[in-house]
Amino acid sequence: MILTVSWRNIWRNPTRSLIVMGALLVGMFSGVFTSTFMNGWMKQRIRDGVETEVSHLRIQSPEFKKSGDFEDFFTDISKLESDLFQNPNVNGVSPRLSIQTMIASAETATGVQLFGVDPDKESQVINISEKVIEGKWFEGVKRNPIIIGQKLAEKLKVKLRSKVVITIQDKDGNIVSAAFRIAGIYKTINTTFDEMNVWAKLSDIQNLTLLHSDVAHEILVHTNNYETINEVVDDMSAKHPELSTLSWQKFSPEFAVLTEMGNMYLYIFVIIILLALGFGIVNTMLMVVLERIHELGMLMAVGMNKRRVFSMIMIETLILSVIGGFAGIICGIWATDYFGDKGIDLSIWSEGLEEWGYSAIIYPEYDWTVMIIIAFLVVLTGIIAAIYPSYRALKLAPAEAIRVI
Amino acid sequence: MAIIQIKQLKKIYNSTQVPVHAINGIDLSIEEGEFTAIVGPSGSGKTTFLNLLGGLDNPTSGTITIGDEEITKLTPNQRIKFRLKNIGFIFQAYNLIPVLTAKENVEFIMELQKKSKTDRTKRSMELLKAVGIEEKANHFPRQLSGGQQQRIAVARALASRPKYILADEPTANLDSTSTENLLNIMENLNREENITFIFSTHDARVVKKARRVITIEDGKILSDERKN
Ligand SMILES: Nc1ncnc2c1ncn2[C@@H]1O[C@H](COP(=O)(O)OP(=O)(O)O)[C@@H](O)[C@H]1O
Ligand SMILES: [Mg+2]
Repeated sequence: MILTVSWRNIWRNPTRSLIVMGALLVGMFSGVFTSTFMNGWMKQRIRDGVETEVSHLRIQSPEFKKSGDFEDFFTDISKLESDLFQNPNVNGVSPRLSIQTMIASAETATGVQLFGVDPDKESQVINISEKVIEGKWFEGVKRNPIIIGQKLAEKLKVKLRSKVVITIQDKDGNIVSAAFRIAGIYKTINTTFDEMNVWAKLSDIQNLTLLHSDVAHEILVHTNNYETINEVVDDMSAKHPELSTLSWQKFSPEFAVLTEMGNMYLYIFVIIILLALGFGIVNTMLMVVLERIHELGMLMAVGMNKRRVFSMIMIETLILSVIGGFAGIICGIWATDYFGDKGIDLSIWSEGLEEWGYSAIIYPEYDWTVMIIIAFLVVLTGIIAAIYPSYRALKLAPAEAIRVI
Repeated sequence: MAIIQIKQLKKIYNSTQVPVHAINGIDLSIEEGEFTAIVGPSGSGKTTFLNLLGGLDNPTSGTITIGDEEITKLTPNQRIKFRLKNIGFIFQAYNLIPVLTAKENVEFIMELQKKSKTDRTKRSMELLKAVGIEEKANHFPRQLSGGQQQRIAVARALASRPKYILADEPTANLDSTSTENLLNIMENLNREENITFIFSTHDARVVKKARRVITIEDGKILSDERKN
């Protein structure tokens, strides 16, 4: 019956109760939606980064990992490849040469990272071939095809089929140059990346550098899903302790940090909102206790004990906070679902965003654990906010409270 | 047999600069089945006296014994339990919870007394019938007149089958018909169920109905008369 009393008490002053609930609704909605928006944005950035730039995991020699130097390659690649494919979770392996070079057009020259790859294998580990917007991934050019980013093409003032010259060091330390023809121009969401990375055929680079065919600087690996990445890493680390095998999180810790930062930011945000709303709730409930002094005094006089008086105010506060707060969370989840399908187009600002590798269309995404924690925080706020008003109600002296003034 | 023994009761309020001797040495015994009025002008100490009697407040000195329980010695929690079981209260105002119907108001106190649900439903209707208000069972207090509200308060006070009921100016806000009505109900309960009633008033018509009239002034008993 205390529940009935608390529930009806809430509707004694519907305007006031609705204002409190409304504030909680708006607060929790913005908390949840901002967080799912950020979350979606981060995850997308990570997926894009991993699928386009990093690959699921990477094997390098420990020396190359440190230096990135031409000489720090490792051998026996075909053996490693077959080792990798023995793991059923692996569905793509691409050994690469990765070399810092100069690329020059008729106009200008700049430094880039050149990858010598098997085009088919490379397409199995990263989706860069799908990002080609002009020309085709290693098609249409017979001799020395090269794939460059759109940003680099702009910088070099070159077009599809234009000739560029690559200058490189060979195995013996001689500087060699060769002409390549642009077979494709790609564009990712990360223009900095587009400016810095070019792809050529492994065989062409081997010829140029005089490296034999069974060496590589790194091997990129793709697995059937994100959950199995660490299994594959453990498997390879055990089989080849002499090599450094790193998952994308370890290889690009900045992406992993993004996830943690996102959650951190969310909790801080939600806690600040709840703190502000909490004071509003305390204030409202103090007003309630004050207004009902006579009634509470009467109840205590006729024999309602302190625990019940306390829980009556507590329950009322909780109902108030939970209705508003949960409605806000549900609206937030609903909006997340809605925009999760449709996406939110930020293209007005996308120019700047894409420079940093962030997509212009954002698909908010929520995490059930996080939503449950937020719901729990709402309840906690209700409880904490109820303590002081309930305590004030307890401190009423029934003889005083009941007195007719 | 005296069910209430009051000895050298004093209550001094210190909240103002000058201490107020609201109850200034009262000795009294009240027998089972009495229908007693406490009479006195405003400020004479009636409310204070009834509050002390009901254990709502602590005396500065003196003792009150009800049955074999010296209530002035009980801890606050024991007193709450004691009240819930043994004493019915009717106040001048604010007797009811505005968000509960007449019936629910009676049931609520029975829930506090941990009565079963079937018990509550049955007894609450009986009580409302006893005070002649059963057809208003599902009305909220604001839909009822002052007299009707006070009758619900009586029903509520009876819920625990208390041995005695304390009523502080129960008719103060009522017109004469309602006053008459309420007093008749109280008198009936007193005669038929042998419930001891102690009520304060400064209304001559109410005083007439009492079988014992205790007049107090400045916290002291001025006179104590019994009628038949
Ligand atoms: N809480 C209090 N603090 C100080 N004085 C009080 C308090 N309550 C009552 N009094 C004083 O005690 C005296 C008795 O009051 P009360 O018992 O209310 O009388 P009555 O009910 O007969 O009108 C009055 O003088 C009143 O002003
Ligand atoms: Mg009074």
